[in-house]
Amino acid sequence: MSDSARSTVKARTREAHPSGDERFAMIDSALKRARFAQDHLIEILHVAQEVFGYISEDVLRYVGAALRLPPSRVYGVATFYHLFTFDPPGDHTCTVCTGTACYVKGADDIVAAVQARYGIAAGQTTADGRLTLSTARCLGSCGLAPVAVLDGEVRGHLDADAVVAEIRDNLGQDGQDGSGAEADVERRDEHHETEAVR
Amino acid sequence: MSASPVPPTPPPGPRSARPNVAVTLDGEEVLAFPGETVLALARRLGVPIPTLCQLDGVSVYGGCRLCVVEVEGEHRLPLACATEVSADMEVRSTSAELRDHRRRIVALLFAEGSHVCAACVASGACELQDLATETGVDHVPYELTFPSHEVDASHPFFVLDRDRCVLCTRCVRVCDEIEGAHVWDIAQRGSDARLIAGMDQPWGEVASCTSCGKCVAACPTGALYHQGTASGERRPDPGLIAFLADARAGVWEPRDNGAVSQPRDAAGPHEQGTTP
Repeated sequence: MSDSARSTVKARTREAHPSGDERFAMIDSALKRARFAQDHLIEILHVAQEVFGYISEDVLRYVGAALRLPPSRVYGVATFYHLFTFDPPGDHTCTVCTGTACYVKGADDIVAAVQARYGIAAGQTTADGRLTLSTARCLGSCGLAPVAVLDGEVRGHLDADAVVAEIRDNLGQDGQDGSGAEADVERRDEHHETEAVR
Repeated sequence: MSASPVPPTPPPGPRSARPNVAVTLDGEEVLAFPGETVLALARRLGVPIPTLCQLDGVSVYGGCRLCVVEVEGEHRLPLACATEVSADMEVRSTSAELRDHRRRIVALLFAEGSHVCAACVASGACELQDLATETGVDHVPYELTFPSHEVDASHPFFVLDRDRCVLCTRCVRVCDEIEGAHVWDIAQRGSDARLIAGMDQPWGEVASCTSCGKCVAACPTGALYHQGTASGERRPDPGLIAFLADARAGVWEPRDNGAVSQPRDAAGPHEQGTTP
């Protein structure tokens, strides 16, 4: 610890991440833009999530070491925010806002419908890695309640059927590319129904 | 410790000035130091204001909300620990409303953890228990949540029992500001908030922990304690933190409880020599 504290210059010319993963270079450039200022932690984490799709413990340690922040602080900040995820997301994502306005307008029904259809709890990804369902506290678009973010696009005034239909469309689009995903979904639905019967 | 004597430096802050701020505290006109907090003023004058997260020697957190007071002309209830006195301020440290607030806060603390005094190492020397007595919480009018938390006994000397943690962040601040290790922090948020060591690792695996035990001394409840402590045996030593902070500022005085002169490694836990 004393070594790293002493050599300010050393940190600025740090060696690349030992994994050789070039995505760390993008985090490095964000760190340099922030001049390694500790109060840029959240911005750096945003970049990391964009680059990797999620934030692994390795990335947290890397960012913490670069900003000379203790691991517990980095972990505490990252886990405080709902929009940071710590598991690799599926190919498609569905984030349902469960803030006060959306909750009143029936966000719970939306979450329950998606959970029932795809057999995953909020925060989980389907076993085949196709869909991730998550919830957010408030997206700041309460006038559009209930709100969900589907594959990065914010949709408002939703109900359970609309969300499920749109997820089916999103998953089905891959099918048009020839991967037959739509059929997979249908098969999985049948599977879940038989599971439920059991 | 070092051979060369350190020249005493006057501490910065309230004591270097003279009390010249006229404040009304509970209907009585008193003089406060410029920059003094309402809590420090009340303590100096012997006016009791209950606190939990506040700890002398470390920074203000303002998380427990127990030290709320009423200030004339202010709509909200400011925190005594985080509010500096200002001229002609009229403060009320107690009222029916304040007592009700404090009682609810303590009851909620009990409701959101698993605080079983009969089976707790801190029983009899627990600030949460004392607060319940002080504020008159003889039952909890809320549904108990019985959260499921892990006990971390991976450290060779200490144990963390999250069921008894009230998230006051005393240990977090002590470890960061006094020891400089920052082993602790709070992860997650809301009802999921929990005390973590390092990257949410077992405490014993966190390399930055120096095993100094200051977090254990500072803990107001039985969440942090020495291995092998039996029910009702824990004797915390929150005064140690103020002593260390003062000592760093060069104004320390020997402590009357003998904890200073006691060798650290004698029979392990150094807080055992202190009496409550």
